[in-house]
Amino acid sequence: MTGVVAVLITTFLASAVEAIEMVTIVIGVGATRGWRSTLIGAASGFGVLAVVVVVLGAALSQVPIGPLRLIVGALLLTFGLQWFRKGIMRVAARGLAGIGGQDPHEAAEWTGPGMDWTAWFLAFKGVVLEGLEVAFIVVTFGAGSNQLGTAVVSGVGAIVIVGAVGFSLHQTVRRIPRSLLQLIVGVLLSTFGSFWAIEGLGIEWPGGDAAIPGLLVLYVATAATYITLERNRALGLRPAA
Amino acid sequence: MPPPLSWIVAIARFLYEFIVGDDWTVAAAVAAGLILSAMLNANHIAAWWLMPVIVVLILGISLRRASGRLG
Repeated sequence: MTGVVAVLITTFLASAVEAIEMVTIVIGVGATRGWRSTLIGAASGFGVLAVVVVVLGAALSQVPIGPLRLIVGALLLTFGLQWFRKGIMRVAARGLAGIGGQDPHEAAEWTGPGMDWTAWFLAFKGVVLEGLEVAFIVVTFGAGSNQLGTAVVSGVGAIVIVGAVGFSLHQTVRRIPRSLLQLIVGVLLSTFGSFWAIEGLGIEWPGGDAAIPGLLVLYVATAATYITLERNRALGLRPAA
Repeated sequence: MPPPLSWIVAIARFLYEFIVGDDWTVAAAVAAGLILSAMLNANHIAAWWLMPVIVVLILGISLRRASGRLG
């Protein structure tokens, strides 16, 4: 009984950490680019994940996740840095215009015809990578203690609960002005991208997953510094009254 | 353009926009940072700090380039 509870709690907590990363990316991309393509991307990711888990089963733990972390991390980082820079420029230019409502300078969401493939791709990658990590945790803890069923319930439960909490907050996220939201999502994508890409190279972060908040603090401080510098530069270019 | 070729072109264009975007120096800096990190790690030198430093520096450079383009 103690073993079952230990597997349940350990698997849940470890899976919840990965699920938070997954849900953060999906909510951030959905709020910034629109929900339709993001949710289809997330659903596609879960579909691929289900096929991989069913086909490989317990052999999943043999799949090398390093190269996948490297590729997904590098892609998230390069894309995240684009939003990071655009977010800094827009917040520096407009401040928090539109807070509590819609910034009149910004388009509401993706309005092009058909699928927003950028939103789809970001959500898909986030779900596949983090979902695979949850699957590895489940297999590792479950098979190691001969409690695979308990570990599966715990891992799926973590994704469902963290997902529900995340989506209950999405109306709050929608109130954030788009320029600030783009900056926040850019910072988050750059944080996860840096972490996964370096981890994918086999390099250990000091403190393991605890390095993620450290990276977040560094990038938020960087954003604040560059916003101040951009504002000062813009003021310096203005002709004297 | 016939469908198979047009799909390949569309995918290539999407990947270029996704990875390179409007400033190729960012993608180049990330690639260089990863290569340097791998080289340091291969020589048993701590390399986790390099990518965050590159991110902070390339953001500043990219912002200056973008500000220059805007005038």
